[in-house]
Amino acid sequence: MTIRFDKLGVVIAVIVAYAAFAAPFATFRANRIVPGEARSILDALPAVTGPLLLAIVLIAALIALLKTPLILRLAASVAALAALALLIGVAGSFLTPEGNTFARISPASGFWLLIFAFTLLLADVLTRLNLSPGARIGVLVVATAAIGLLLVSGSWNSLSILKEYANRADSFWAEGSKHVTLALGSLAAAVIAGLPLGILCHRVEKLRAGVLNVLNIIQTIPSIALFGLLIAPLGWVATHVPGAASLGIRGIGTAPAFVALFLYSLLPVVANTVVGLAGVPRAANDAARGMGMTERQRLFGVEFPLAFPVILTGIRIVLVQNIGLATIAALIGGGGFGVFVFQGVGQTAMDLVLLGAIPTVALAFAAAIILDAVIEMTSTKRREAQPA
Amino acid sequence: MKEAGLKAWLPSLLRLVLVVLLIAFVTNPDWFEPLLKPLTENNAPVIYNQGSLLSLTLLHLRTVLIATVAATIVAVALAILVTRPAGVEFLPLSRSLVNIGQTFPPVAVLALAVPAVGFGEKPTLIALFLYGLLPIFENALTGLTTLPVNVVEAARGAGMTGWQRLVKVELPLSAPIILGGIRLSVVISLATATIGSTVAARTLGEVIIAGLLSNNLAFILQGGLIVAALAVLIYDGLSAIERYTARRMGQGTA
Repeated sequence: MTIRFDKLGVVIAVIVAYAAFAAPFATFRANRIVPGEARSILDALPAVTGPLLLAIVLIAALIALLKTPLILRLAASVAALAALALLIGVAGSFLTPEGNTFARISPASGFWLLIFAFTLLLADVLTRLNLSPGARIGVLVVATAAIGLLLVSGSWNSLSILKEYANRADSFWAEGSKHVTLALGSLAAAVIAGLPLGILCHRVEKLRAGVLNVLNIIQTIPSIALFGLLIAPLGWVATHVPGAASLGIRGIGTAPAFVALFLYSLLPVVANTVVGLAGVPRAANDAARGMGMTERQRLFGVEFPLAFPVILTGIRIVLVQNIGLATIAALIGGGGFGVFVFQGVGQTAMDLVLLGAIPTVALAFAAAIILDAVIEMTSTKRREAQPA
Repeated sequence: MKEAGLKAWLPSLLRLVLVVLLIAFVTNPDWFEPLLKPLTENNAPVIYNQGSLLSLTLLHLRTVLIATVAATIVAVALAILVTRPAGVEFLPLSRSLVNIGQTFPPVAVLALAVPAVGFGEKPTLIALFLYGLLPIFENALTGLTTLPVNVVEAARGAGMTGWQRLVKVELPLSAPIILGGIRLSVVISLATATIGSTVAARTLGEVIIAGLLSNNLAFILQGGLIVAALAVLIYDGLSAIERYTARRMGQGTA
């Protein structure tokens, strides 16, 4: 019997070997901002668990290295990720000296590399399983629930990033809801304004190039500049238009951020609406016309449903992009998770940066998975409905 | 272009005007002082005064150039790897990794790179590199996987080796699509590089951030406009190169 290696497995095994033996697993710092001391897996964990984690990680890497059944690879990646997630919390409490509230324990490069390696394995398995859209959302829900459970159970409370959270629990949720409101609100506004504009551009050819060019140029203005440039006009509106200030329109803060995100969102929505409507087969339109449908009936009954997956793709682009861009709103006092990122950069406190960055990445990631699944569902439904 | 009326050369003229204005502005910003003056209050400086706009523009372009060249080399090499028989196993995974990568916000990448490499130009280069990889990789993959089958077969039939096919047939044929990815990546990088100044990289973002901090609209406007003008011009220039290579490959203008 010959032993056959999996090519991706070789990559994973190399990363795991380096991360487990050569890179630090956790960092210990006497307080928040001093440089840290590295701790390996065996130093960072109590007597039995250290070797146990090493064993789990190495066995999982071995399973990845050899050509093994998918289900075994799935189990190996999930087991390794779960062990890492649980034991980094154990390392946190083990390394914190008794009664010391200043010491900070954070996951180090070895931990992150291990997480990366096994996420790679998991991603590979999930890609090869070719899950249905519903199942992908299911995986997302299970993963979210597992992480939520770990957070609620308090097993990570001794880690530095959660200590930063504990100091700012109230503002974390306030900024978080601001972040989501900014991203979703500007998306909603862009859809409400962008769909009619897209339909108009589709109908009136003269308008199309002009509108799309203007929207294209808006995209080239760097986000921080656009945020800044809107401060002045909105400030003017706030002082000169009665009632505007009471609506929350102000020169700095959420209003310019909202408008900037809205402007950036318009291009993908309008462009995809135009592309989607242009892609509606002539035959479908002719048939609808032949059946005596009015313009309005044709738009809502034929063109729109057929263009929907393409429009949805535009919305996906906008949502993921807005969740990322909303971090920049913090620079002009607009709030959002960016507040923690920029505070952290300013204080060179990396855990604070992570407190802002991790939820942002997680939100964007979840939004992408959910919308991708919805897009696939709507376009397969269509394919089933009208066999080609 | 025989019937070169006003309409035909208006876009070129506008571009030329934009180039002249841009060069004039970064070399002699003082000429434009009266225009921007109304935007400042309390006798604040009108033109950015903590560094020359010209050198910041060049540094900005250098950062984008280095990141894009690195991203192009890595992305195209990866795309070639996963489209060869030996690497085809990685194709689905690389696709999903690209999708995942695109969800990472640039600010997060930037901020997370700081502890690893420190403040300054390096975290910006890393963020731009990672962000630039994705569009180029995606387009290179599209280009290399949608080649006309008969052409590749003909090359095989002519006795070309794998390497010859790649260099003489596959890469030239997919060049226009790859260039499209590079164009997208450059435009994104030009705007994203400004965020690099939040971690002390010397780019045009410095001007904008100085404006945000001192509430000076003139600074914000000049920084933003230079970047936008650069992006529009580079986008146009690369589009022209793209059309030229597409014509040479006999694909016509799409």
